[in-house]
Amino acid sequence: MLDRATTESAAKDATTRRVRFRGAGFVPASSRFGGWIALALVIAIWQAAGSVGLVNPLFLPAPSAIARAIYQLAISGALWQHLSASLLRIGVGWLLGTAAGVAVGFAIGLSRLARSVGITFISALFPIPKIALLPLLILWLGIGEEPKIATIALGVFFSTAISVYSGVDAVPRNLIRMAQSFNVPFATIVRKVIWPGALPAILAGFRITASVALLLVVSAEMIGAQYGIGAFVLQAGNLMQTDQLLAGVVILSVFGLAVGKVIGWLEMRLLHWR
Amino acid sequence: MDLIANHISHRFGDLAVLDDVSFTVGAGEVVAIVGPSGCGKSTLLSILGGLLQPNSGAPELRGAPPADSLNPLTFVFQDFALLPWATVEENVEFPLLHTQLSAVQRRALVDDALRRTGLTDFRQTYPKQLSGGMRQRVGISRALAVKPAILLMDEPLSALDSQTRELLMEDFVRLLADGGMGAVYVTHNLEEAARLADRIVVLSRRPGRIREVVTVPMTRAARGEAAAREKLLALQNQIWSLIRNEAIDAEREVQHA
Repeated sequence: MLDRATTESAAKDATTRRVRFRGAGFVPASSRFGGWIALALVIAIWQAAGSVGLVNPLFLPAPSAIARAIYQLAISGALWQHLSASLLRIGVGWLLGTAAGVAVGFAIGLSRLARSVGITFISALFPIPKIALLPLLILWLGIGEEPKIATIALGVFFSTAISVYSGVDAVPRNLIRMAQSFNVPFATIVRKVIWPGALPAILAGFRITASVALLLVVSAEMIGAQYGIGAFVLQAGNLMQTDQLLAGVVILSVFGLAVGKVIGWLEMRLLHWR
Repeated sequence: MDLIANHISHRFGDLAVLDDVSFTVGAGEVVAIVGPSGCGKSTLLSILGGLLQPNSGAPELRGAPPADSLNPLTFVFQDFALLPWATVEENVEFPLLHTQLSAVQRRALVDDALRRTGLTDFRQTYPKQLSGGMRQRVGISRALAVKPAILLMDEPLSALDSQTRELLMEDFVRLLADGGMGAVYVTHNLEEAARLADRIVVLSRRPGRIREVVTVPMTRAARGEAAAREKLLALQNQIWSLIRNEAIDAEREVQHA
């Protein structure tokens, strides 16, 4: 009885079957043109819906109407007027906030005293929506460009400082010990070990601060500006010119994309060793 | 130049790690430090190299280092500690950047160190493009570039596969052959210790105390011969018998921690 069962089992085992592949998916990869195709598809559906009258153009203008509005803005010169005002505020505010944030972030990362003082202040002030400070800044700095630039700089400063000191903290300690074991001076360790080691976190921080700057410039311009993309969007909204409003939104989106591309290029150039 | 561990004791908080460790590494001598896991071998090396301040006792130097030595006590690290953003050449040049040497002098030292470690063809390569063994060669090359009097090697082969270990061990034997450079070699591998060291300091379980200092009774050149293998094996067994029970206790302690 036992022998027969063993023989049957052996006969069954003699047939072969392929091991099922179970390792598909969970790979963080994307197709090169997938995103663009999806975007084009959405725009096409949106345009079709507008063209056949499925969507009221007052509530959602068709992409062609938005493109027309951008074109008219461009040829009238208003686009450059608004865009240059916003770019100036973002540029100056971002540079000031970044310079201060990098300096303070490095100080916190490298000095025990600066860490104990700095982190307390940053923890207390970082969560405050910076736009809430704009009226106070207008009171302090007047009604010109300064309060808007200061609002952006403040918003950028905190995020930058946090990403810089986190980056400094993340530099592998063994590299610092190695440098110390060769009697490398402090300044050279900062320049040759800590700065390049922290750079990935700093550049990742730049992506965030570019978005913060964009958010704050629009908010600040909506509160108190004659020119600027934020002011333009608010004005268009008040007049129910939704094609103009969305033209402003598209310009902001293109600006965000351009900044993302620049930072991506910087990462490719500076972090090629990763 | 001699390196002296002078009654070194150290604690991490409540944990006593080293207790009154004293020994001397003579000029050109290779001393291996072995002992059970967690006995403070690496801590002792950090203290000897001035990277950690002991609670009591001190590392001391006696005599002058060689005139051309730019960093008499030089580490070779277990994890290589290479700058990932720098090429092989830049990594080797890194400890020379702050010296008074001219670019030409630095270049000559880098070239020589790369040649001695067989890395000349890899000077523009980044660490991520190299195998573990080649990365450690860069670490050794960087150490050689500063012309050390004593190399402080913290388990330099433990992160490598057995074939690479064998090849690098041959490199160490070759580099230390002329006696111009001494070494403190921390390892848990008794075979490596017996193959490379003139003397082996055996530490006890934590807190590490010196249990015994074993002299290897033959020259490094003689250890490659077939007749020497039996003697070296007997030596390894002798050291293993000294630390076996404590190694078992240490392993259980680590598992329960």
